[in-house]
Amino acid sequence: MSTPALELTGLKKSFGKAEIIRGIDLSIGKAERHAIIGPNGAGKSTLFNLITARFAPTSGTVKLHGENLAGLEPFQINRKGLSRSFQITNIFPAMTVFENVRCALLWSQGYKYSFWHLVNSKRDLTEGAEAILDQINLLERRNLPAGTLSYAEQRALEIGITIAGGADVIMLDEPTAGMSNTETDYITDLILKVTAGKTLIMVEHDMGVVFGLADRISVLVYGEIIATGKPADVRADARVQEAYLGAALEAEH
Amino acid sequence: MTDQLSTDPAKAVERMRAGSMTLSLAPWVIATVVLVFLPMVFTNNSALTIMNQMSITIVFALAYNMLLGQGGMLSFGHAVYAGVGGFACMHIMNMSDFFETIPLVILPIFGGLFGMGLAMIVGSFSTRSAGTVFAMISLGVGELIAACSVIIVAFFGGEEGISGDRTYAQPFFGVEFLQQIEVYYLTIAWLIISAALMYLWSRTPVGRMANAVRDNPERAQFLGYSARWVRYYSFIASGFFAGIAGGLFAINYEILTEENLNTASSGVILLVTFLGGVGFFFGPIIGAIAFTLLQTVLSLSTELWAFYAGVLFVATVMFFPGGLAGLIMMHVAAFKLGKASGLIKPYLKTLLPAAIGTLGLAALVEMTFHLRHAATGDDEMTIFWTTFSSHDILPWVIAVVITAVGLGIAKVTAPSLKEAWNEANTAGGAS
Amino acid sequence: MDLVLVNLIDGLVTGLLLFMLSAGLTLIFSMMGVLNFAHASFYMLGAYFAYQISIALGFWMGLLIAPLIVGVLGAGVERYGLRRVHQYGHVPELIFTFGLALLIEELVQFIWGKNQMPYSVPDVLNFTAFAISGNSIPAYKIFMIFISVGIFLGLLYVLTKTRVGMIIQAALSYPRTVEALGHNVPLIFMGVFGVGTALAGVAGVIAGPVLGTFPGMAFVLGSIVFVTIVIGGLGSLWGALVASLLIGWITTFAKSYNIEMENILNAIGISTPEDLSESVFRDFWSLTSPQIADILPYILMVLILIFRPAGLFGKRIS
Repeated sequence: MSTPALELTGLKKSFGKAEIIRGIDLSIGKAERHAIIGPNGAGKSTLFNLITARFAPTSGTVKLHGENLAGLEPFQINRKGLSRSFQITNIFPAMTVFENVRCALLWSQGYKYSFWHLVNSKRDLTEGAEAILDQINLLERRNLPAGTLSYAEQRALEIGITIAGGADVIMLDEPTAGMSNTETDYITDLILKVTAGKTLIMVEHDMGVVFGLADRISVLVYGEIIATGKPADVRADARVQEAYLGAALEAEH
Repeated sequence: MTDQLSTDPAKAVERMRAGSMTLSLAPWVIATVVLVFLPMVFTNNSALTIMNQMSITIVFALAYNMLLGQGGMLSFGHAVYAGVGGFACMHIMNMSDFFETIPLVILPIFGGLFGMGLAMIVGSFSTRSAGTVFAMISLGVGELIAACSVIIVAFFGGEEGISGDRTYAQPFFGVEFLQQIEVYYLTIAWLIISAALMYLWSRTPVGRMANAVRDNPERAQFLGYSARWVRYYSFIASGFFAGIAGGLFAINYEILTEENLNTASSGVILLVTFLGGVGFFFGPIIGAIAFTLLQTVLSLSTELWAFYAGVLFVATVMFFPGGLAGLIMMHVAAFKLGKASGLIKPYLKTLLPAAIGTLGLAALVEMTFHLRHAATGDDEMTIFWTTFSSHDILPWVIAVVITAVGLGIAKVTAPSLKEAWNEANTAGGAS
Repeated sequence: MDLVLVNLIDGLVTGLLLFMLSAGLTLIFSMMGVLNFAHASFYMLGAYFAYQISIALGFWMGLLIAPLIVGVLGAGVERYGLRRVHQYGHVPELIFTFGLALLIEELVQFIWGKNQMPYSVPDVLNFTAFAISGNSIPAYKIFMIFISVGIFLGLLYVLTKTRVGMIIQAALSYPRTVEALGHNVPLIFMGVFGVGTALAGVAGVIAGPVLGTFPGMAFVLGSIVFVTIVIGGLGSLWGALVASLLIGWITTFAKSYNIEMENILNAIGISTPEDLSESVFRDFWSLTSPQIADILPYILMVLILIFRPAGLFGKRIS
């Protein structure tokens, strides 16, 4: 078997006395679509933040393509081909939609910190950004300030920024949070389209999205993964039923 | 909101691709032509002095705005980069063996390099974070260097400062820069070069990322950019252009003192930049022009000019955080809709009385000041070409009436101005 | 040894004075995230108001009334100025307080002119409390220590033992939660700003007679106060206390002992160059500690920022 795209070993995180992530081992293969679900407060977003070095883990390791990420800064991890979105929309609201995407392209196109290139005259940047905008259906909105887009459009832009850099591991944190049904379907299709052939790891609340998208699902409850497997298996797992689906069903009705 | 802003998308794409070069080049050409021919309109030496001062302030303010406007870094000690650049240039002027081998026109580059060098040292620890911590470090370092001016006398010249003579440089095509007009053309040449370079900087990858880091440093980190390095590069570039401004100062005044380094100078450049507007590239240019004119006019006619400047500054922060450039750009929508002309009359109705009322208020302030601080027996004072005794009751009544009536009319007409404003910014026919 | 004691007392006075300013500044900063650049201006206003009141009603009424007026002014600035600017973000807030500092200085010059005011120590306290081997310690200094310590203890009591203090402490860390619990956070903010500026006012009232009441007094002390809270760690009250005392003592000792740079450099094994007058560093070699006493805080700040960016007691800056 080849090296997994992402491998977590014994990952733990405590805030003060509270242990939020209590030892997670997880291996996600290349081009797999993996969803992490779990009730509120299970530590899903914390887990995401640990992987992307937004927080430092208390113990345990995160490996990307077999390489240990310990001690790296978020920007260094990003350069290694891992890109993430945020639960709360995290874009550049004052910049135009086009600029948002173009900024996301700069590093991966090799422009780094250069001050001898003019971005407007770079065809690869313009065309690259336009291609992304086309994918996320925001081409017509390109010259609007990103902050004036509708919520669903901002979420789409967030995904666009996340994938623009060409990372092969994409992490999406609740991409459909707070959306109507039609918007959710729209974003789900979009995710399928833009992450084709890439490793996708997503935290999601919406069952429909998860079971439609994911190859495998992990269920996170109180900082531990209680089950990992194919959607059908996870659905049938008794502990999952008890811990998560039961609660979710209760809440829905 | 969204509807007003959107233009035909197809057209916009077209414009971005084809016309952008001609569109953005025009203001530069016009500005250059105006600068070149300006001395033919204002021929006397004091006008040239003011224009030189303006040019230097523009370069410095633009450099400052690379931090504040584009990078979101508020510096309370930026004068030291210009100052150190200027001092370095003075020392080069005094190294006669070396100085006579270089033409004066390249001297500001040395100022830039020294400003940049200092920025590289200070920036290495100050750009770790933006916001309050950065502001505090900039203040502390600024104070430290300003205080050093009396300690490291060899470099800063103590209280007398350092002076030199620009004419010892190698003549530049026969020009020895003895005359003010020659210095003027040197200054504007550097103004145009620096402004153009700073504008181009904002169009480069690192310049674009400076904006991104300003708005959302975390997101920028997750796009592969270290927020700290982006800030560091902006800081160094800003230090370079501030140093250029310092070099131009050295050439113009041939003396630098502690005043070029202290917090007051740093405060002035913040004021200039903010007044002009930090949100647009041309903001600091407008700010520098407006401030220099204001300073020249007010400081000639009143002792209280710093007080008025303070009021103006605080009022700008509170009510027009976009500055003058922001005010101008607010009208773009109305112009695009072709409704700007509908605003002229309401503006006159409100702003004219408001201006008169404000002048009345200023008269009251001046009279109070005279009443309180003039030497005993000196009752006479002159404002607005009128001489009267500040101890008489009549002038007070007149000033109060003018103020009250002016501001009163402005207050009454303000709602209709607001209405006209809304109307001018709404697409479609009259409602 | 005796001189050490005298300097300890002098440094303590300076340190506690700094602390009265830095405590208010820290409270305001940790609560609202705003570094009040005009904080020292309120200190200056305290001195000027107290002077004006003391002419009519005497020193003690000044001590009582001036801080109250300053506090009300401060609350007004928060309510009608800062709160308005708050919507634009932190940087404009900082710029606003900077502008305010300029404006207050101009305003003070407008009203009282540029000269120093004859605001002096009250007669009751104008005597020598005791002497340490010939060095007399004025009673006013002892009075200053008592006032500052009293205020510090009072502040500590209010913050840790009263309900209001609990709410303030909670609002420091979790403003949204406190708001959700039904407390009027804007009102708390205004209150804290008022109290913080009033503290600065008290400092002005008692410092005015000894340090001088003149338009530049805010600026002289102001930048040192910012340095203090950066050294202590932005937002840490204990850090502010420690840093204030540290700076108070360092500057006092540097001023009273004439240590020459040449001696220090020789002591650490660098020998004096043969011909000093030719050296670029000639001024550096002849430096003495009183000369650099006033910039020591800045040097300390730069060092702290390089080696411990969060300050002595600061939490890690996120």
